[in-house]
Amino acid sequence: MNNQENLRQAYGKELLKWAKKDERIIALDADLCGSTQTVFIEKEIPQRFFEMGIAEQNMTSVAAGLALVGKIPFVNSFAVFSVGQAYNQIRQGIALPRLNVKIVGSSCGLSDFGDGATHQSIEDISIMRAIPNMTIIVPVDAIETRKVVGEVIKYKGPVYIRINRNDLPNVTKESDQFKIGKMQKITEGKDVVIFACGLMVSQSLKAREILLPQGISLRIINVSTIKPLNKEEVIKFSRDIKKVITAEENNVIGGLGGAICEALEDQEMKITRIGINDEFGQSASCYEDLIKYYHLTPEDIITKVKNLINQ
Amino acid sequence: MSTIKELEKKARIIRLGILEAIGEGQKSHIGGSMSSADLVTALYFHKMRHTHENPKDPKRDRLIFSKGHAVLAQYAALAECGYFPKEELKKTKTLGSLLQGHPEIRTPGIEANTGSLGQGLSIGLGMALGAKLDHKSYKVYVILGDGELAEGQIWEAANTASFYKVDNLIAIVDYNKLQAVGFLKKRYDLGDIRGKFNIFGWKTFEIDGHNMEEIVNTLDEIDSIKGLPSAIIAHTIKGKGISFAENNPIFHNAPLSREQIEKAKKEIQGETILEVKN
Repeated sequence: MNNQENLRQAYGKELLKWAKKDERIIALDADLCGSTQTVFIEKEIPQRFFEMGIAEQNMTSVAAGLALVGKIPFVNSFAVFSVGQAYNQIRQGIALPRLNVKIVGSSCGLSDFGDGATHQSIEDISIMRAIPNMTIIVPVDAIETRKVVGEVIKYKGPVYIRINRNDLPNVTKESDQFKIGKMQKITEGKDVVIFACGLMVSQSLKAREILLPQGISLRIINVSTIKPLNKEEVIKFSRDIKKVITAEENNVIGGLGGAICEALEDQEMKITRIGINDEFGQSASCYEDLIKYYHLTPEDIITKVKNLINQ
Repeated sequence: MSTIKELEKKARIIRLGILEAIGEGQKSHIGGSMSSADLVTALYFHKMRHTHENPKDPKRDRLIFSKGHAVLAQYAALAECGYFPKEELKKTKTLGSLLQGHPEIRTPGIEANTGSLGQGLSIGLGMALGAKLDHKSYKVYVILGDGELAEGQIWEAANTASFYKVDNLIAIVDYNKLQAVGFLKKRYDLGDIRGKFNIFGWKTFEIDGHNMEEIVNTLDEIDSIKGLPSAIIAHTIKGKGISFAENNPIFHNAPLSREQIEKAKKEIQGETILEVKN
């Protein structure tokens, strides 16, 4: 887990790899190709990279048009813009007709720490979950990010991919299989099950290491496909323990936590949601300062685990 | 190839088709459908390469109604071309109908989901860029409402289209001078529409959108334009063809009584007979 790698770079390089093999793949960017890392495609296949200017609505609808003539467009911007600025273009023009457009929300969550609330997407998962026909994937690490790129190209339909800006620990192995709609049990445990996505998977693993000597073990599930959520797997992984924590770098309203609560609505279980508590972000000098401030640390997870066990 | 007279007659048939789709007593977008009927006729029955026998032919020319609420004109034309049975027109906007209140690609011949105004030109631009990438020669026509030009996304698309020199994209503004609730001049003046497209780097034309010969000649002339997109500012009359609906904001989206439908039909058919006598 100590091995850290950058997810957006993994995305950009992997997309180039696939674009070399598949002429249908096109990258669109709104003046952020250095950040989103579509710059790799721009350098090597400039004819299939489109600088769309700082005009995300047009970029998103152009992608719809490209998909309608058989292309596989990847729309790239920061998550706040690719989702927020172009919400209606996604809803009406892409999701409703189920077009084969891949929307990439880069620098998601609090990961763009310096830029502050305007650039930190805390509700993109919630917004996208409410749109019918949308698939939502949050890759947990660089290894999984590379697999996600290949899988979303094979899948025909709209997908939202949420990508962290910073280096994150690799928690999966090259040999692990990624499939859209499948969750992955990262560790076995008997006291509490944690359904987590993105950064919060590695945070949960750190919490687990601290808790193990205290005789508490956590079953950690990496939920990289938030939608469609595999309800059967949620129940399967939680019905013996009956104590559930959800952990995400998104608003606790409507995101992974909301999805898990909905999946378990008929079950008698105790559920605690960890995430951003319905408030906006802010600037900080490093990512870690924000993670601490918004209570997304391993220590915060430990507190919630103990509260849940002692209830 | 149809003559101008034949096309004018076809436009009457399209207007009658719009009346079919409107039906009795249901609120419908009469004004904008009628104002664009001649433009739609020229496109489907003169200009565009398309066939109902192969609606997904990759080489076909495409028409997007960005002003999606006026899609009744496109439905009428598609039915007349044979994309679906004419009986479908009567079921427009009823539960489970093939013909929704706004365009959806599940309808044969409809190229994009539009109706949330401002998006159609961008979608058409994406298709036009796709044609360039694939070295295909098809053209993409996009019918825009004049009121719709208030949407900022239109101008994002306008700039991008000229930046990428997309000469297979043609915007046609149905310039009927009315937005939903009233006259543009009074409610939200868009100023010099042609001048705006010029500044954005488009080749522009200004025509009478009900003069079939002028429409046809302009569409033909655009075929030879290379290196920049074209915009036709087509001066039209909202509700054209139905005297009581013409230039009347009430008929942007209104129901018609049985008597009003009969009167409208007579007016449209009557003009046809007059045309034939000439």
